[in-house]
Amino acid sequence: MKITKRTFDAVIVGAGGAGLRAALQLSESGLKTAVLTKVFPTRSHTVAAQGGVAASLGNSEEDHWHWHMYDTVKGSDWLGDQDAIEFMCRKANEVVIELEHYGMPFDRTDAGKIYQRPFGGHMSNFGEKPVRRSCAAADRTGHAMLHALYQRNVRANTQFFVEWMALDLIRDAEGEVLGVTALEMETGEIVAFQSKATIFATGGAGRIYHSSTNAFINTGDGLGMAARAGIPLEDMEFWQFHPTGVAGAGVLITEGVRGEGGILRNSSGERFMERYAPNAKDLASRDVVSRAMVTEINEGRGCGPNKDFVLLDITHLDPKVIMQRLPGIREISIQFAGTDPIKEPIPVVPTCHYQMGGIPTNYSGQVVAPRGSSMSVAVPGFYAAGECACASVHGANRLGTNSLLDLLVFGKSAGETAVEDVKKSTKAHKDLPQEAIERTLERINRLDTQRDGAGVHESRLAMQRTMQNHCGVFRFADKLKEGVSKILDVQKDVQRTVIKDKSKVFNTARIEALELENLIEVAVATMISAEARKESRGAHVRDDAPDTAERPNGRDDQNWLKHTLWFKEGNRLDYKSVKLTPLTVPTIELKKRAY
Amino acid sequence: MTTRTMQFRIYRYDPDKDDKPYLQDISVEVDATDRKLLDAMVKLKAKDDTIAFRRSCREGVCGSDALNINGRNGLACLTDLKDLPEPVVLRPLPGLPIIRDLIVDMTQFFKQYHSIKPYLINNDPPPETERLQTPEEREELNGVYECILCACCSTACPSFWWNPDKYVGPAGLLQAYRFIADTRDQATSERLDNLEDPYRLFRCHSIMNCVDACPKGLNPMRAIGKIKDAMVRRAV
Repeated sequence: MKITKRTFDAVIVGAGGAGLRAALQLSESGLKTAVLTKVFPTRSHTVAAQGGVAASLGNSEEDHWHWHMYDTVKGSDWLGDQDAIEFMCRKANEVVIELEHYGMPFDRTDAGKIYQRPFGGHMSNFGEKPVRRSCAAADRTGHAMLHALYQRNVRANTQFFVEWMALDLIRDAEGEVLGVTALEMETGEIVAFQSKATIFATGGAGRIYHSSTNAFINTGDGLGMAARAGIPLEDMEFWQFHPTGVAGAGVLITEGVRGEGGILRNSSGERFMERYAPNAKDLASRDVVSRAMVTEINEGRGCGPNKDFVLLDITHLDPKVIMQRLPGIREISIQFAGTDPIKEPIPVVPTCHYQMGGIPTNYSGQVVAPRGSSMSVAVPGFYAAGECACASVHGANRLGTNSLLDLLVFGKSAGETAVEDVKKSTKAHKDLPQEAIERTLERINRLDTQRDGAGVHESRLAMQRTMQNHCGVFRFADKLKEGVSKILDVQKDVQRTVIKDKSKVFNTARIEALELENLIEVAVATMISAEARKESRGAHVRDDAPDTAERPNGRDDQNWLKHTLWFKEGNRLDYKSVKLTPLTVPTIELKKRAY
Repeated sequence: MTTRTMQFRIYRYDPDKDDKPYLQDISVEVDATDRKLLDAMVKLKAKDDTIAFRRSCREGVCGSDALNINGRNGLACLTDLKDLPEPVVLRPLPGLPIIRDLIVDMTQFFKQYHSIKPYLINNDPPPETERLQTPEEREELNGVYECILCACCSTACPSFWWNPDKYVGPAGLLQAYRFIADTRDQATSERLDNLEDPYRLFRCHSIMNCVDACPKGLNPMRAIGKIKDAMVRRAV
């Protein structure tokens, strides 16, 4: 079957922070660019980020990018690539200042500079004491950032395709990426977007878990598309459980609450983090705090009738500080927990929040995959940035505020690299291989004609429960093994989902079924990668890799200081080494991680 | 867990198969964990996957799930289920063309938003560091920058219903004020020129539906008043 083809210099998939930042580079360079997005840009999930974006501006006290780099490497439990981490931390001031110039309404210090607050794991002088590094617009930093980036794109006349869902990556026999197929939701039409540069900025896939801070749209579309096209996914076993999701609802409560002085308490009112992280306390890294909370709950010190949550207490703060710095949190708490945090503490539990792994890239934003004897060769025409990508700056655990920084720095660098590559290329667009287009049409056709099979809602729930029960904050060897066979069973159901809605017009049932096909790739990659990694590191902690004198925190650098690569074909795993050499400074040497 | 049955009446229209719109009566079992209208709608969709609506963040910041709920505009994810009289009548936002079911065509709404040049204009060469702004100057943006572009206000405004092509509407005007109020912006005079017209600004007749409808508690009418003040100030 023939479908409509549209030709551009570059196509960006996703219009959250990373996609919009990349789009600015392309639009301002004069290249003909299309930005495809499932939702109107300001509805992207960057909008929900709260606490801030990291940059060592030093507006309130001395700070240095090298300290930020040290914290990020340590936070990553040494799995982050030190070249990419140095690149990101050095670029932080530049991209944050740029954002301010775009009109971002940052809060201000008395001197009129960007307001900065402390955040988990961000310390001064190589781990000494908490430092004010998070640049914030109240507790709505993501909202302010996403709108400022969208507004700048309006000024730059960026061409958006709103409510278009990309379906498959188009790759030819040589492995070159030539664009994507996409679905226009309003009409149901399938179109091939041909481009010399394809940038994925599709965000995370937190919806693989049952309890998640993520939006409904966070379905790992870029990861599913990449996996189906033969690109491996890196470090998918590492998922961040944010310590403070509202118990029951899953809605995020920013770490900025603790940055402003909030304290976690157990059923006896004890500030239990003093026992787990004597130095950083409530501002320890997220994996550390989440494990402490689950330990408190497991040992019977949880709160409420079922002893299944802990309390986040800010009742000791001046109500004026809460109204000025945390107004959104108060709103969320009243809406979703039914408590006013000025008067009562907020019930919270660790909740799936962020995917540290993703599509493997280098710090220029090029997607890299094994080829011949090398593990990291750039895939021609393909770039990725933001949560869908793995540069890898977050390694085994991301620090709060580094995600907004990641999407600015790597959105920009992916955009810059794509502009350079397109401008120096002299050849015309290559022909699109028909097989890639057929693959999309087959998926659509299957959904149109499938008469009996598995429900989308039921299969999604089965996937989410399997991930939650078998691959959570604490992991167990036997549960993981069982989880692998369960998730592969769910995958079979996902291949035979049936929908009642057969309409062409804004068929949301079809969209959800297509999204589930992406989610399941991520879920399978996660479970298989997690089962295989026989050590504890960052957010991946197993019962059979406990804390010992020989292996502090259960980390096994001798065997496991390496990145996982999962390939969809045959669920094969491979590994590549961690880049321990930064760009200009000496390696931050391995040591035991403690806060 | 105790459950209860809730009755819904939902506006349905799929141009692919329906000659005309109709109201569908449908019920769903909800339990104590279903706090918000959106929770019930997700369950309704699991029961009948042909019901089409937009949703994303489910926490009131993305602005996707604005609807007309029992006659009032609001966000499904911020509307408490327990307070809703039944049957809960769900209709698309009023005054905009309907694409399907509860999904409206927001082209006109965004066109008006874009018409106010919603971006900072400052033609000085950018300094090495941030442009300074005192905390008091920054405070002027509070109650303005938080807009989520959900369109609850503009689609509750009779003036916008009559002249969606000529009247900017409360959401667009709130953002026009956001840039007028920003001390870093240098285009105030140009922005006022752009609004000085019998329709673009002055179709606001202080009906105040916008204030009532805003799910974020913002006050577009106050911003409109401030724009009018600025016009008067520069005229005298």
